[in-house]
Amino acid sequence: MPMSKPGYVLLAFVASCLLSSTALSQTVGLGTPIEQTQLQNFDLIAGPDGEGLPDGSGTALQGKLVFESRCQACHGANGEGTGSSTILVGGNMQTEASPLKTVGSFWPHATTLFDYIRRAMPANAPKSLSNTEVYQVVAYVLYLNGIINQYAVLNKDSLLTIQMPNKDGFLDRSHIQ
Amino acid sequence: MTKSTEWQRVAGNGLLSRRHLLGLGLSSASVLASSAVLGADGKALFEIPGWSRQAGPGPSGYGQRSVHTAFMQRDAGAPDPLYPGGGASRSPLQHLQGTITPNSLHFERHHAGIPAIDPAGHQLVINGLVKQALAFSYESLLSYPMVSRFYFLECSGNSRSLYGARPGNGTAQTIHGLLSGAEWTGIPLSTLLDEAGILGSAQWVSAVGADAASMGRSVPLNKALDDVLVALYQNGEPLRPEQGYPMRLFVPGWEGNISVKWLTQLKLTQEPSQFRDETSKYTDTMADKTSLQFTFPMGCKSVITSPSGQMQLRRHGLYQITGVAWSGNGTITRVEVSADGGQTWAEAMLDSAQHAKALTRFRIPWSWDGATAQLMSRATDSTGAVQPTRTALLAERGENSFYHCNAIQCWGVSAAGDVNNAYV
Ligand code: HEC
Repeated sequence: MPMSKPGYVLLAFVASCLLSSTALSQTVGLGTPIEQTQLQNFDLIAGPDGEGLPDGSGTALQGKLVFESRCQACHGANGEGTGSSTILVGGNMQTEASPLKTVGSFWPHATTLFDYIRRAMPANAPKSLSNTEVYQVVAYVLYLNGIINQYAVLNKDSLLTIQMPNKDGFLDRSHIQ
Repeated sequence: MTKSTEWQRVAGNGLLSRRHLLGLGLSSASVLASSAVLGADGKALFEIPGWSRQAGPGPSGYGQRSVHTAFMQRDAGAPDPLYPGGGASRSPLQHLQGTITPNSLHFERHHAGIPAIDPAGHQLVINGLVKQALAFSYESLLSYPMVSRFYFLECSGNSRSLYGARPGNGTAQTIHGLLSGAEWTGIPLSTLLDEAGILGSAQWVSAVGADAASMGRSVPLNKALDDVLVALYQNGEPLRPEQGYPMRLFVPGWEGNISVKWLTQLKLTQEPSQFRDETSKYTDTMADKTSLQFTFPMGCKSVITSPSGQMQLRRHGLYQITGVAWSGNGTITRVEVSADGGQTWAEAMLDSAQHAKALTRFRIPWSWDGATAQLMSRATDSTGAVQPTRTALLAERGENSFYHCNAIQCWGVSAAGDVNNAYV
């Protein structure tokens, strides 16, 4: 059946509604475009693939000094802790029935240690360490846990080669939501 | 008035049909002040009280609660100099009714205290695997279309003392108070991610807060695009500082820690960032010492808030058992209550409005004759999940569990009327 004139008008109206609703579904658009380079002091995420790890390097020998002056008051001289939430060494997931969970016994990724210390520690002055000091003290905490020796140089490449004792101890359940 | 003996008993040890809640008041003996003046017939005379004889203060700029309810407090502990700003405070569930927690009593958990954020200096950055990285000011976000939803928020470590070998002497607050309910208003996260343009390789969104701990959590992209909000308002007012002012991520139904407060960065990545609070913490170590990671939803659960731990029942007769139920996976469809330690169960009445991933209030009348009783509640959700017993949960999770405790909990009532946390 040929369409009457009002029919065309209606069609045009429907079409313009569709067009304007497309326009409305577009974004408000008030976000300001930025470049990743603008975020070099802001984006602190250091992921397990090494993305976000900065330049710099350090050894446990150097990190001992950082630890003694900046961490020991809360975490104990050898990382043994001053309370249950500040223990940094010890534990064994294989041999203990109710394992003590620490960086050494439990953490699956060495990058997490860099990421966390850089963003959150020392708890009384977070983000006050330089990247070099963070590498140094990360090396020292790994050394206290017997994972590396005191001369091993940590940087954004070597950190990725560290094998954490419990690296295979986790099951990703994110698909079960 | 119907006599209690004529009420329909629906389960052991005094549970009465929830139908009696409709249209019938629960009697509670009204006690007149002992100083009451007696009339000629020896009966107390009612007088006009003093506050009816003098004008009170006028309107005020910001409302305050009655001095008579000021005892209702979160249980913030003493500050720990070795953990600056860290710690938690719990909601006084036993004093609250309905399903909305007042903002001033909403539970807290901070890892480095509450940052003093000036919204004019706060940015929300979206970067990583997007077509165009963007920064949003608080002011600009106020222009985006928002939605309002009722949701519960529960800390993953809530009720974890029930994993312990002995029942602690707690209250509903100290055992279960890392739980609150609110109406959250915010921008669907998908709106902001779409504006930045999601690249095909993105699978996760890493959310970071602007607190001194820069608390971070990785959220799967499919959840981020489903029902996650950038929340700006709670129960109608801008977020309180302790709840993330000026903005927080709100991840409905999932463990509270992932609803990152003081939200300042969303980075799209292919893999999770493996933050400390999704590896060292908030993972579930099973009996074989394997640890389950990214176990996000909070399970189907209910708690009796009255009568509850440390209360005393001072009279025999009719009581209303009430509490809240919730599930991170759907809507509460049924709550059953037992007064005899789980031997018999009766269905409780649910308040009319039930929302997915929100608190639902339940009630059932109970006649207490002075015998010992064991009060328990058991929730069922729209996926068919039934809240497990403590024994079943321990059998499934092993002895190393810490988070995600949704076990049925029991309040034991002694012959003297003392109510205490108990294991059956
Ligand atoms: C003022 C006390 C204090 C100081 C100083 C301090 N920390 Fe901490 N640290 C804490 C507390 C408290 C926690 C637990 C925080 C939490 O659970 O939110 C913690 C947690 C940690 C953890 C995570 C432990 C785990 O198993 O999850 C690491 C690693 C750590 N600190 C490293 C350091 C390093 C390295 C330094 C020195 C640069 C340092 N801390 C200085 C108090 C402190």
